[in-house]
Amino acid sequence: MRAPPRPPPRPWRLDSSIVAAPTLDTALPAETAAPGYLDATRDNAALRAFLHGLPGVDQVGVEARVATLSTRSIKTTAKAWAIDMAIGLIDLTTLEGADTPGRVASLCAKARRPDPSDPSCPSTAAVCVYGDLVPYAVEALSGSGIHIAAVATAFPSGRASREVKIADVQDAVRAGADEIDMVIDRGAFLSGRYYDVFDEIVAVKQACGGAHLKVILETGELATYDNVRRASWLAMLAGGDFIKTSTGKVSPAATLPVTLVMLEAVRDFAEATGRRIGMKPAGGIRTTKDAVKYLVMINETTGPDWLTPDLFRFGASGLLNDLLLQRHKLTTGHYSGPDYVTVD
Amino acid sequence: MSTSRKSPAVFDYAPAPESRAIVDLRPSYGLFIDGEFVDGHGQSFKSISPSTEEVLAEVCAADATDVDTAVKAARRAYNRTWSRLPPAERGKYLFRIARILQERSRELAVLESLDNGKPIRESRDVDIPLVAAYFFYYAGWADKLAYAGYGPDPKPLGVAAQVIPWNFPLLMLAWKIAPALAAGNTVVLKPAETTPLTALLFAEICQQADLPPGVVNIITGAGDTGRALVEHPDVDKIAFTGSTDVGRQIAVSAAGTRKKLTLELGGKAANIVFDDAPIDQAVEGIVNGIFFNQGHVCCAGSRLLVQESVAEEVNFSLRRRLKTLRVGDPLDKNTDIGAINSAEQLKRIRELSDVGEQEGAVRWSPPCDIPDRGFWFPPTIFTEVSPAHRIAREEIFGPVLSVLTFRTPDEAVAKANNTPYGLSAGIWTDKGSRILAIASKLRAGVVWANTFNRFDPTSPFGGYKESGYGREGGRHGLSAYLASNEDGS
Repeated sequence: MRAPPRPPPRPWRLDSSIVAAPTLDTALPAETAAPGYLDATRDNAALRAFLHGLPGVDQVGVEARVATLSTRSIKTTAKAWAIDMAIGLIDLTTLEGADTPGRVASLCAKARRPDPSDPSCPSTAAVCVYGDLVPYAVEALSGSGIHIAAVATAFPSGRASREVKIADVQDAVRAGADEIDMVIDRGAFLSGRYYDVFDEIVAVKQACGGAHLKVILETGELATYDNVRRASWLAMLAGGDFIKTSTGKVSPAATLPVTLVMLEAVRDFAEATGRRIGMKPAGGIRTTKDAVKYLVMINETTGPDWLTPDLFRFGASGLLNDLLLQRHKLTTGHYSGPDYVTVD
Repeated sequence: MSTSRKSPAVFDYAPAPESRAIVDLRPSYGLFIDGEFVDGHGQSFKSISPSTEEVLAEVCAADATDVDTAVKAARRAYNRTWSRLPPAERGKYLFRIARILQERSRELAVLESLDNGKPIRESRDVDIPLVAAYFFYYAGWADKLAYAGYGPDPKPLGVAAQVIPWNFPLLMLAWKIAPALAAGNTVVLKPAETTPLTALLFAEICQQADLPPGVVNIITGAGDTGRALVEHPDVDKIAFTGSTDVGRQIAVSAAGTRKKLTLELGGKAANIVFDDAPIDQAVEGIVNGIFFNQGHVCCAGSRLLVQESVAEEVNFSLRRRLKTLRVGDPLDKNTDIGAINSAEQLKRIRELSDVGEQEGAVRWSPPCDIPDRGFWFPPTIFTEVSPAHRIAREEIFGPVLSVLTFRTPDEAVAKANNTPYGLSAGIWTDKGSRILAIASKLRAGVVWANTFNRFDPTSPFGGYKESGYGREGGRHGLSAYLASNEDGS
């Protein structure tokens, strides 16, 4: 494929020659497009030129930065603050073939009051379930302010027709989900059909209506950090409200270096457009120590403004119990044990 | 989104100080000569912590007679034991020292940060692990010298006089002592007067390792002690790391003698960022290049050369990144930038920075809380620097970066080489062929590609031009301590 004659713009410095005012006859709904990037998202060649014009990511460098950030020592008051913050950022998740209404109900009860013995413990940000179980979550969470996220678009593989994916989304939204976690078409992305990926996200965003859209990149299948950065920009340009690392069904799932690359994209996108996109690492984050490393990384990459459930979530299930155990330890001075937190 | 919970105040990292209790400092230290601590005859002096100005210990200064005693002890040890040991036995001692260094790494890291002012994160994660790595590396060479490429039976030189600086006190000691001992020499080493304490702890480690007396002698003192040591007639080899001025004096004093000399002196390294560089990682590399160890690094990337088409982006990202640097207590595990090593060095950094402003460069530092006591200088960037400015030519040896721009690769090379120094350089680009092309044109001993300030015992290190001569580290580092055929041995 030939690149267009004009060199691609640097993403955070808007080149006035490519800035086009949003017009009504464009394919994009005005609120989802990133103004200024309409030309870059015009067709596959333009998208490719734009995404491949992003600065590269040096693997050694990004991993070295993560190693340094991971040495931050978060103790005492800072640790207590971080634990409560992390609990409030969790999308408490169950995504198993064996899920039942009963399991979802008990998950919701845990999301409301993670620690039944301590009312000062914050509730989680959301629960995340398959679409058909949304009604049970709606019932269990009514009046709690806890969000309901549903995975959709033929999660986790994304291998279904556009119609089926859209129907999947609409079904979940109708059932009461106010957040949709979609997967991108990794096959299309890896074969260079960026516009297909873009177009699909735009369509899903429209189908979401008022629900917030999290776009799962499945970074374990994208393999390179350059691809992660490109997919992040693609998802943000297409109108995603959050970008999310993984389904949790592919290994590796969320890692610190992948999250750093995505957070840098989020930071640069906000710098360029003024729009703040959320970030959700999901899968593989199991311990308080890990969670604190993520919080440190946000704090020193996008800045503390992102330490809010509006802009950051953990996709996790087991993490919550470890946070609760550490919380007990800080309150009581000694470790309790797995029997002092609820199984789910 | 209508989430009710709002994030409370900012994420404040609580203080996380490393405990000092692990270090057992004596109130005063003698000279380490012939395997024992003895009193010196010079005026004793105090070693202070640059972050608090607190006195850590009183240290003897060696006068000319002490130097003579030390050199005699080293000569005796060379003649009677060390040069007669089977090489594998020398290796065993070095391996033993390396293991003890690892076992006592926490203690050494805390003491290094106390005496030098560098953040514990660096002494713990960089300095001390490298110290052990250099000893392990050269321990392995001790019985393989015949395969080092210096002839079938290379011989040691004899007694080495070694004078080291204050910026990496224990690491510079390792760079000097490990290859010298592996090659079969004995040493008299003088640490810098502001940072003698880890060298004295190393002396205790030599005792703990049962190293034969006199193989390692450590004498403390200031410039006079150093001069007496390098001018001592019974020294076969001089190894010096420090300023170009002192290096020049040593070269003059060694001229016309049989002494073999290696010098590792100053630098004014160019860190070159091309427009196709991975910008986020390049910014990390720039920060690591100039703010690592408060910029007290001879190979620091103190001149940033950015391609004009990305200069604005790089400057913007760099300033944003600098705002997250944490300046303060060196023993706090979250500190990125510690204290300036001495009042004298702080004065020089201030002077040159003021000159930079007077010459018309634009000075910028992030807002940061500087402690009341101790010697501190905020991370500082100068933009609109011209190659003619003093801050673009002279070594500042502090956390001060001069930013210059270039338009073409040839201009980058010309500007990078336009310095009397030539110790190191950095190249940032995604293009492998450009790395190779530019690296071959840079007159610098070390060229880093898409990284900076990375050290490894297997890699030789040393300078061009006024940055000195001779190589330390790697197989090449052995040659400084072995008699070559030209030496007539």
